[in-house]
Amino acid sequence: MNEASKSRRQLLQAGSAAGAMALLGLPAIVKAQSDKIRIGHLTPLTGFLGPLGEYGTMGIKLAVDEVNKAGGITGRQVELISEDSVNPATAASKAQRMFERDGVMCLLGEINSASGLAISQVALRNKKIFINTGGNSDELRGKSCNKFMFHVECANSMYVNTLGRALLQQGMVKGKSWYFLTADYAFGHDLTRVASRFLAAQGGKIVGEDKVPTDATDYSAYMLKIRQAKPDIVISNLAGTQITSFMKQYSEYGLPFPIAGFGFDTALAWGAGADNFLGTWPVPWHHDVDSPTSKAFVAEFVKRHGKPPENQAWGDYTVMKIMAQAMNELKSTDSMKVIENFEKGAQFDIMKGRPGYFRSWDHQLMQQMYTLTPKKKGAARDKWDFLQLGATVPNANESLEIIAPTREENPCNIT
Amino acid sequence: MQFIFFLEQVLNGLMIGGYYLLIALGLSLIFSLGGIVNLAHGAFYALGAYGAVVLTQYVGFGGALVLSPVLVGLLGIAFERFLLRRFYQSDPILGLLLTFGLAMIAEQIIRMIWGSSPLAYSIPSALKGQIVLGDFIYSRYRLVMLLVVIGAMICLWFLLNKTAFGRVVRAGTQRPDMVAVLGIRLNHYMTGAVVLGVSLAALAGVLLAPLAGVHPAMGAEIMTAAFVVVVIGGMGSFWGVVLAAVLVGVVRGITTFFYPPASEASMYVLMILVLLLRPRGLLGERIERFE
Repeated sequence: MNEASKSRRQLLQAGSAAGAMALLGLPAIVKAQSDKIRIGHLTPLTGFLGPLGEYGTMGIKLAVDEVNKAGGITGRQVELISEDSVNPATAASKAQRMFERDGVMCLLGEINSASGLAISQVALRNKKIFINTGGNSDELRGKSCNKFMFHVECANSMYVNTLGRALLQQGMVKGKSWYFLTADYAFGHDLTRVASRFLAAQGGKIVGEDKVPTDATDYSAYMLKIRQAKPDIVISNLAGTQITSFMKQYSEYGLPFPIAGFGFDTALAWGAGADNFLGTWPVPWHHDVDSPTSKAFVAEFVKRHGKPPENQAWGDYTVMKIMAQAMNELKSTDSMKVIENFEKGAQFDIMKGRPGYFRSWDHQLMQQMYTLTPKKKGAARDKWDFLQLGATVPNANESLEIIAPTREENPCNIT
Repeated sequence: MQFIFFLEQVLNGLMIGGYYLLIALGLSLIFSLGGIVNLAHGAFYALGAYGAVVLTQYVGFGGALVLSPVLVGLLGIAFERFLLRRFYQSDPILGLLLTFGLAMIAEQIIRMIWGSSPLAYSIPSALKGQIVLGDFIYSRYRLVMLLVVIGAMICLWFLLNKTAFGRVVRAGTQRPDMVAVLGIRLNHYMTGAVVLGVSLAALAGVLLAPLAGVHPAMGAEIMTAAFVVVVIGGMGSFWGVVLAAVLVGVVRGITTFFYPPASEASMYVLMILVLLLRPRGLLGERIERFE
């Protein structure tokens, strides 16, 4: 047998294999694809919110695996398409591409309020649901609200009212002077506006406010200004890695004023370390929250990643679970039906003491929140355990809506 | 009273200038000698900081302060030998693309190894605390940091001005062809300059790790400021870079005092003004190759 015939035989083999693939394999693949439900996930993985987006992505991947293991959505497996949203412009074009090319049922995720707004407009045009899991700005639920956008993440007002309650108990509001450090973009401006309204209503005053660029790494100049202003309390309305640098340098300068912050994510405190963590901070969820589903989630997350989940992991995990539950109960993936179900006040286990529900007229998830303070020295079990979880706000006897913006405060009116 | 606070911000600005200096000096050195704009410089700064976090567990902060820049310097040898060296003679845009790509790869590698979240790192307990002088307050750690910066600056000045190595490097900056005619191979000196440059960036990374968040994008955050310092100071000028670093620090300090939202923008305004008045930078030398 010469070389030519050998290679001809190989060619024939390869050709028939390819033919078989075309006959059998390809239709199978196409069928498998059409059988899957695609869900889009956009969140910043780079930049100053990148650390949070990474936790969000870990959370939603875990949720998708659990949903698929339990039989998927209406009997079909879920395929997650998850990407870095980068910035508002990129987020919008990626959202459009996911709807058009990938045919996703809905979009979940985001942390940056400005990108969230961009995605919500694309979702509205496509008449598909977008659920925001990390953008806090009130404006997103207010002036910019729309029929197709929902919010698992708490609004700035809810953060302010939760921490505000703790500060009122500490006697840090009435007649006291506050110094604000504000992240210089949509989220920070919105937060300072809401916090100032709270402060004015409760009889306190502002002695200073600095808008801090998001890429600032050095806070020494601000420390000097704060020291000069001598406030009763320093309030951080910063975001992302800003909070880490601020905590480190506030502890470096050892200023005597107590601190608190209206915006917070646990990963940023972990990044500052136990030595540098001070003050009182609000969170939507923490891995010490005592509920059976929360414990199961934490155990599974630790098994996968060797570290406890952060509150952003909670947000993106919870949103996937909510979506799966709603679509399975309705036996439909139709956007309008899901919206109707949410607006009717369907209840969901969101891994806290009480179930949560979306408020019909602004689509905000009504839920409990918590505050965090430093644990006593030596009480930490591991390097993630220096934060002391406080009581739930609202408490068990109160309506969940008391921390959310009222009809007077929120111009949104969807229904 | 107002004047005291103003003065305080000016002095604080001088200190902020210190850490731009370490990064900008290395950047300027590599550019002057090789003609390469090293966009990957921030990556070496970030690696220095991550090195500090990892090494401190074993050798303490003092050990990490020495060891991390040395290890990053070793990485610099490979960087120069296998990558930069191919681009000295080529179109500058190629070197730019190479180092830009490397910066992105390095950031992503850091993200894959250590994750996106900032790593916890604190000021060593011996250096914690403040020194209060009347209206003025200084962090003890920053004063120590300033001493290290000044020390590094003096060493570098001696190396460049008082040693045979420095004479060849300076001659090579101006007339590489003449140096070659004299029978000196510039390649080895170039390796030395790159190692020095990236080690300085790593040193800055170690020094800043206790103050700012140690996260993958930290290199990108500091890079633009470092470039602005080099451009304002002028290429190839040691004292130009020093002067520019201090100036940028002070201008930022003053802007933060009066109008914080413009603090990041202030250095660019400064750069525009300097470039309009002195296109080669404050003390920039005329380097024939680049004219």
